[in-house]
Amino acid sequence: MSRGSHARLPALALAVALAGFGVACAEPPAAGLDAHGQLQNPELQVRFERIAKELRCLQCQNESIADSNADLARDLRRQVREMLVEGKSDDAIFRFMTDRYGEFVRFAPPLSPKTALIWGAPFFMLLLGGAIIYRVVRQRSRMPLDE
Amino acid sequence: MWKFLLPFAAFVALVVLFAFGLNPKRDIHALPSPLIGKPAPEFALPDVLDASRTVNNATLKGQVYLVNVWGTWCVECRVEHEALLAISKQHVVPIIGIDWSVDHGMGERDKAKQWLERLGNPYSQVAFDQEGRTAIDFGVYAAPETFLVDRQGNVIFKLISGMTQEVWEKEFLPRIAAAEKGGA
Repeated sequence: MSRGSHARLPALALAVALAGFGVACAEPPAAGLDAHGQLQNPELQVRFERIAKELRCLQCQNESIADSNADLARDLRRQVREMLVEGKSDDAIFRFMTDRYGEFVRFAPPLSPKTALIWGAPFFMLLLGGAIIYRVVRQRSRMPLDE
Repeated sequence: MWKFLLPFAAFVALVVLFAFGLNPKRDIHALPSPLIGKPAPEFALPDVLDASRTVNNATLKGQVYLVNVWGTWCVECRVEHEALLAISKQHVVPIIGIDWSVDHGMGERDKAKQWLERLGNPYSQVAFDQEGRTAIDFGVYAAPETFLVDRQGNVIFKLISGMTQEVWEKEFLPRIAAAEKGGA
């Protein structure tokens, strides 16, 4: 469950949650963010949710930063929100992350010589499987039916 | 021929895969840092020990130095502390500490002060990263992490785990010796 949905929770639950997480409210929210650091613009929120699902939380490597409760994931969500408000493109945000954390931070890394094996393996497997099936079927079709 | 060769090739491929994948010495959580060979991120943060002072790594240009990201909440940081103390006593390179406040609270700073007073201070300067932004700039995902920065201000090595005497001698000292030779 993402903390990105807090804005929709009742105010009391929100206050309790914030106190529970020990979030420092002393940090002034950036322009375009509400008092709880959530995005005010719904279009940016849509982009935020897509980007956050595409970024890996490196403390808990099989979770995205959208799903993770780790402190670092929370900080990275803040970073993404702030960059969206600043008008940064999705590419610029992904580049910011990969410059610091490497390609591994993305669940779907871009095609490059290093990632060619990851992207190519399924097609290779498909070809290999197809070739095996072709051979088996052809061999069997040559066998006499009564065997 | 194929009937023998194909399973054999698959077997060899699996052996190679397992030899890499199941190697106990390989830390599956240690990721290569894209920062190696690139300029160390600049930071100017308040000093943990003296709030009126700023720790700015731009002032360290021309020197080889270590950046150690730690926190009082981090168990492994407590473990490596003795090794850092021993290293600091050798006066080989300055160690810049970055105290990472993961909860963004000021409490971490007081705890860090107490920690250094009680256990000894291996750092030439300790910066307080209250918002965790410098940690993000360094691509830190778990503490402790230690970076080696050369005279040109480039990161040349990153240790993702606690410092030990063995790692210091094997991984750091040769690199520091090489970096000291490489002009200002």
